[in-house]
Amino acid sequence: MAAVAPAVPARTKRLRRRRQWLSTLGTAARTGRGKLGIGLASVVVLIAAIGPFVTPYPTSQFVALDYSAPSSHFLLGTDYLGYDVLSRVLDGGWIMLVMALCATAFGLIVGGVAGISAAYLRGKADALIMRAVDVILAFPQLVFALLLVSIIGPKLWLIVLAVGFSHAPAVARVLRSATLDISERDFVKSVELQGVKPARVMWSEILPNLMSPLMVEAGLRLTYSIVVMAGLNFLGFGPPPPAPNWGIMIWENLDGRTTNPWAVVVPAALIALLTIGTNTFTDAVARVAIGVDRRPEVAALLEDIGLRPSTEPA
Amino acid sequence: MTSTAPAHAANRQAAHEPASGVVRLAVRDLDIRVTDSEADVVSEVSFEVHSGDVLGLVGESGSGKTTVALALLGYARRGLRIASGEVLLDGTDLLAANRSELRTLRGARVAYVPQDPAAALNPTLRVGTQLKEALSAHEGVVEDPGARVAEVLAEARLDATDDLMRRYPHQLSGGQQQRVALAMAFSCRPSLIVLDEPTTGLDVSTQRHVLDTVRSLCSSYGVAAVYVSHDLAVVGGLVADVAVMYAGRIIELGGTKPVFSFPVHPYTRGLLTAVPSADRAEMLSGIEGQPPRPGRRPPGCSFAPRCSLVLDACSHDPAPPPVSVGGRLVRCLRALELQHETHRQPAVVPVTPPVGAAPVLSVHEVSASYGSAPVLFDVNLDVAPESCTALVGESGSGKTTLARCIVGLHSNWTGEMTFEDGQLAPGARKRPKDVLKRIQYIFQNPYTSLNPRKTIAQIVAQPLEHFLQLSYAERSARVSRVLEDVSLGTDFLSRFPDQLSGGERQRVAIARALAVEPDLLVCDEVTSALDVSVQAVIIELLRRLQHERRLSMIFITHNLALVRSIAQSAVVLCEGRVVETGTVAQVLEHPQDPYTVRLMEDVPKLADSGALAAPVTS
Repeated sequence: MAAVAPAVPARTKRLRRRRQWLSTLGTAARTGRGKLGIGLASVVVLIAAIGPFVTPYPTSQFVALDYSAPSSHFLLGTDYLGYDVLSRVLDGGWIMLVMALCATAFGLIVGGVAGISAAYLRGKADALIMRAVDVILAFPQLVFALLLVSIIGPKLWLIVLAVGFSHAPAVARVLRSATLDISERDFVKSVELQGVKPARVMWSEILPNLMSPLMVEAGLRLTYSIVVMAGLNFLGFGPPPPAPNWGIMIWENLDGRTTNPWAVVVPAALIALLTIGTNTFTDAVARVAIGVDRRPEVAALLEDIGLRPSTEPA
Repeated sequence: MTSTAPAHAANRQAAHEPASGVVRLAVRDLDIRVTDSEADVVSEVSFEVHSGDVLGLVGESGSGKTTVALALLGYARRGLRIASGEVLLDGTDLLAANRSELRTLRGARVAYVPQDPAAALNPTLRVGTQLKEALSAHEGVVEDPGARVAEVLAEARLDATDDLMRRYPHQLSGGQQQRVALAMAFSCRPSLIVLDEPTTGLDVSTQRHVLDTVRSLCSSYGVAAVYVSHDLAVVGGLVADVAVMYAGRIIELGGTKPVFSFPVHPYTRGLLTAVPSADRAEMLSGIEGQPPRPGRRPPGCSFAPRCSLVLDACSHDPAPPPVSVGGRLVRCLRALELQHETHRQPAVVPVTPPVGAAPVLSVHEVSASYGSAPVLFDVNLDVAPESCTALVGESGSGKTTLARCIVGLHSNWTGEMTFEDGQLAPGARKRPKDVLKRIQYIFQNPYTSLNPRKTIAQIVAQPLEHFLQLSYAERSARVSRVLEDVSLGTDFLSRFPDQLSGGERQRVAIARALAVEPDLLVCDEVTSALDVSVQAVIIELLRRLQHERRLSMIFITHNLALVRSIAQSAVVLCEGRVVETGTVAQVLEHPQDPYTVRLMEDVPKLADSGALAAPVTS
């Protein structure tokens, strides 16, 4: 009998647990909303990712008169310095995207750790963390990022940290309330009864149960990160010129919007499409996670009479 | 038993007599299916209820009893549809009525009393307002709403004082809330009243009073009532006729007394042997396996896969038709031969008196409080080694608090607790690892005590990882061994809790506690979330394990009958104080404290239905 068991548990567990939150993503991707969101976002992401390798001209080289209208040579015309707009559009997305992703990850980690530990540890830790959160929340996100950047200077890592940090309070609040609910459940108590250390309880008992709110939060914060990054770029805080990026392109070419509007419209449209896409997909994930798209009454009923095992708790 | 018992019996008798006259409610071939599918949730349900009678609709969770109850109001929960059948109330078919007709019928002719009165009463409306609202929704049913409210409240044994009328629902006790709900249901003088487990959340004493109220209201109004319950003992004391449901069908229908004293259908038999008795320490035998789910019901008799008397013919379609046997209807192919076979009486558990050795755990003058609210007062308790001590009390008596103090979940207490030779520190974090390992706790609700994101193997292995330095192979071996001990096979290892039934989950919780080989096991109402047939299996499992592993055990329960079956000694708690201590036989048979005496009297017993009375040949 001793020989029967081994291999089974450890092997399957990894697979299954990963599958659980992946299945939520998968279900979300199959909804109408999800398809639309993924479609929009992936168009922009593909442009940003592949673009740098297929630029027809160098991005910072004078190729024609400034603000020339689109022609067969320059499909989107040229900008205020006579650079090729298409090349700059193709090359101008990836830095912002990478920065937005990093900022989101940073914000989720900082906010997650703060929120989960505040809820789980309660008492003084909770009060301290949440008051700090309130203070940070009092600053508008963009202003807060600007404040940091204007003190230390427009370093790219600093922008990432500043934007990420400005997400932390919102993430902390959401995860705190989700954790409050979960940490009262008996399975957490049962582990506490063994004298397991708080950090371990949070990591291995609570965190796996937070995947749904975490995914929704990730999507939401990514959308905000993109908007804030683009905004900062627009204001001139971004990769130093002459490196192209969508935010600064909008600002640089505003003057020529009558002669070559494409230099403004295309980067703006790409940013818009990307945020609409990520937001729509996040919405789809949130709906699946809380069960809106599973028709809750029906799902609950089927579960009740045992036709379907329950999946995600709301 | 109680001095009031004969009166109840007389009451029932009186209620039964005019019954033979009018058929108030007739249900014919009710068939309820899942929308967009042919999966049947309820099928071929037929029964009749006479005026003044109460029909008990009994079954375990998932048997379809609530679905039938709701169909009596012409209602199907979303996702279900009433496929065919008739619900005739005084001759009119409710299922044929359109929406507006139904609206006038509901409340006025058919009333519903839900399980949880606290959720059913509007928390923002005063009691008086709500009662009058119910009346004014059906104009012309009564002439003077104010007088009617006072009248019906008095009948529900509540004083219709201004004070009561002005209160909000949350300012009433659970029993009062349920009486308000009853009064509301009876206020329009309906012909049919559907009660959906109205006493489930109440204490035994309150439960008894509410049941008496239901009974007297039904007989004095000549109302036909359908009482849905999973609690056979409650039904046994209340109703004249009983319908036992299994997998969406009524498998046995007849007079309560004959059905409960001489059950014919194997499922009814199994169910009855699973009910613990407060009078004798019975060996409980549950029914192994689970009821089939809608859409996955086997051909033929749904009970066949779990039946010990199964024949080959049982698993062939169609399902066995109801056979009339000795004045009742039974859906079993073997009904005719089984009726002559006497129902096996459960075996009696040999009572082993506790060994006279020093107690494993000794609780001395412990007082505990939540914040500034005191919950326990100077509690003394000794747990003898290798024996089971039951901790009995109603809700709010502090029994769970005491358990949480003992295991270390609640640390706000004063006094002394000695475990073996050492003192116990207040909180789990302050206790040495060894002590934590030797005292294990099993939670009340198996639906929240297992992490939904972990496999059974991970859940059971978790304490092993924490307490013992074992190699991976040793640990796996232990996990499968302990799962085998609780009768779960190794194919459960890779499953997740939500793929398990309640009983299976509770077994996993027991396995997790036993994996580290504790000395003291604290079980907190471990069966209260489970069906009675599952409860029996779990109780027998615990008894076996306690014996085999020479465990000391604290068994917390509100169910006095269970105490009889599992424990050797009992401690009765009332409002945070120990009112009685002794061996189970002493406490249950010769209770000294008035509180225990009352508790024993109020326990609903199957015996009320005459189940243990002199045999009646059919």
